[in-house]
Amino acid sequence: MLAILIVAFAVRASLGDPLREIMGEAVPEAERAELRHKLGLDAPWPVQLARYLGGAVRGDLGTSTIYKRPTLEIILAKFPASFELVLGASLIVLLLAVPAGIYCAVRPRALGARLILSLSVLGISIPVFLTGIFLITIFSVWLGWLPAFGRGETVRLGPWETGLLTRDGLAHLILPALTLSSIMLPLFIRLVRGAMLDELGHDYVRTALAKGASPLRVWLLHALRNALLPLAAVGGLQVGTLIAYTLLTETVFQWSGMGFLFLEAVTRADIPLITTYLVFVGLLFVVTNTLVDIVSLMLDPRVDLEGTR
Amino acid sequence: MSTEALRKSQGSLRAVAAEHPGGAIAAIVLGAIALAAVLAPLIAPQNPFDLASFDVLDASLPPSWLEASDERFLLGTDAQGRDLWSAILYGTRISLTVGLFAVAIQAAIGVPLGLLAGYAGGRVDTIVMRAADIQLSLSTLMMAIIALALFRAGLGGESLGRFAVPLLVVVIGLAEWPYLARTARAAAQVEAAKDYVRAARALGASTPGLMWRHILPNIASPLIVVATTQIAGAIMAEAALSFLGLGMPVTKPSLGTLIRSGYDLMFAGAWWITVIPGLVLIGMLVSINVLGDSLRDALDPRRMAG
Repeated sequence: MLAILIVAFAVRASLGDPLREIMGEAVPEAERAELRHKLGLDAPWPVQLARYLGGAVRGDLGTSTIYKRPTLEIILAKFPASFELVLGASLIVLLLAVPAGIYCAVRPRALGARLILSLSVLGISIPVFLTGIFLITIFSVWLGWLPAFGRGETVRLGPWETGLLTRDGLAHLILPALTLSSIMLPLFIRLVRGAMLDELGHDYVRTALAKGASPLRVWLLHALRNALLPLAAVGGLQVGTLIAYTLLTETVFQWSGMGFLFLEAVTRADIPLITTYLVFVGLLFVVTNTLVDIVSLMLDPRVDLEGTR
Repeated sequence: MSTEALRKSQGSLRAVAAEHPGGAIAAIVLGAIALAAVLAPLIAPQNPFDLASFDVLDASLPPSWLEASDERFLLGTDAQGRDLWSAILYGTRISLTVGLFAVAIQAAIGVPLGLLAGYAGGRVDTIVMRAADIQLSLSTLMMAIIALALFRAGLGGESLGRFAVPLLVVVIGLAEWPYLARTARAAAQVEAAKDYVRAARALGASTPGLMWRHILPNIASPLIVVATTQIAGAIMAEAALSFLGLGMPVTKPSLGTLIRSGYDLMFAGAWWITVIPGLVLIGMLVSINVLGDSLRDALDPRRMAG
């Protein structure tokens, strides 16, 4: 985490001169030096780094040059939008990938399983932004069933602005969530299938089947439980990818989440906002990986967090 | 190359193609696309990168089979009046260039590291593989987005545009080396334990020579398979970055840039600027992935299809 902050600082220090953005070019050098001193920009870089880290600990990561508000506040305001999008997509992935993966594992030669696997090659090959564009073309432009852009009507719950409680908000969520899930689905179907195939080959499955347990029960209660373990680990590794795809999805649907905000910051060279986004994404990364470790621990008491196993 | 499958595939290409019809079709489609891309300057009616060769007055004309079209433009024009067919040919050229060179960088880093890790084992192995794990957990696309976003914020959109191709190649190449490294390591571990390696060592072969001349040829087939899918990944990453406005500029559009610029006009009815390059991109990616799958099956007969 500290490393991320230092990198963020390095980015900040090396990209452009903040004075030029504040004052413009036509300001005398003396005045420039005075402001530089006032802002603490003439201090040697270790001192500046210490100040930046000090500020970061207190939750002060600088002020956006576009919005003139603290960057952290802006990003936190956009977080719910991205979170709900990811939540929607994850639900779709879980509800579809687990049954499809199990089916492909228990009936590997069935026509349906082959079809699912062929479709998943196709799914991997279609870039996420094209999926989004095609979905919009079909469902919004041709059929007019679902809205194409934005989050729709939202409700405020304290600081959390949610679109999950209104019909309009939910309707706006469907296409973006489907788009985002389309890229993760093929991967997870293959993962579930692979993990299940491994488990089904074990003796305990054969024993359970031999003693007369119903196959469905064996698949779901015995094998799936063990198959989930590698899945959780690999799933955790996908966080970065998920953030990247969320960024693409938000761009296609003009979904006003963090990724959309980040790209705006990039095109308008809002360095403080860019760095804060990076810090925030880094933090998300650390948090999710910790959560994945905890979940693996709950699923499998043998896992040792120290990594000494 | 020692595996029997590979010898078989060299000996009788037709037999392999008959066994894997999907792969054969994919290879033909891909060959056609690659040929069109290489010959782009000869077959394209205009040079889409030369602003003087097209006219804004021709902007957003539909493909020639629709009404109100202009017969000069087979697939219509984009928002700047660029001939879409020419732009797609040149865009495909960019996609393939970025894909091939990015994977070349991945191979240049990943294969030697993976070979070394697999052959040497021990601490070297641990360090290399840990580095690969960390790199992978950071996600390529995210790293590429961040790197290019920083370049863009630091240098401004224009200079990013000038250096877009080498930047894309380097960024995608550096981020994805672990895949080839892992494959090379796993295969090298198996090979290193075999008798011929011990024999070569006993005959006095140096370690680098041993790895380069004896092990590498024997692990070529899995590397070729992984490299194929990596090319698809690199092309997709290029398209995604260009779509976000972090890759190729509008003046030198790649497929991703065309899709992006057409997307802004899609609701004004100009669907072809987005949809046609999109279909070309999907066709290219599907062919590469199907070819990769067939190659894997053909080179490793023990694995079941799927």
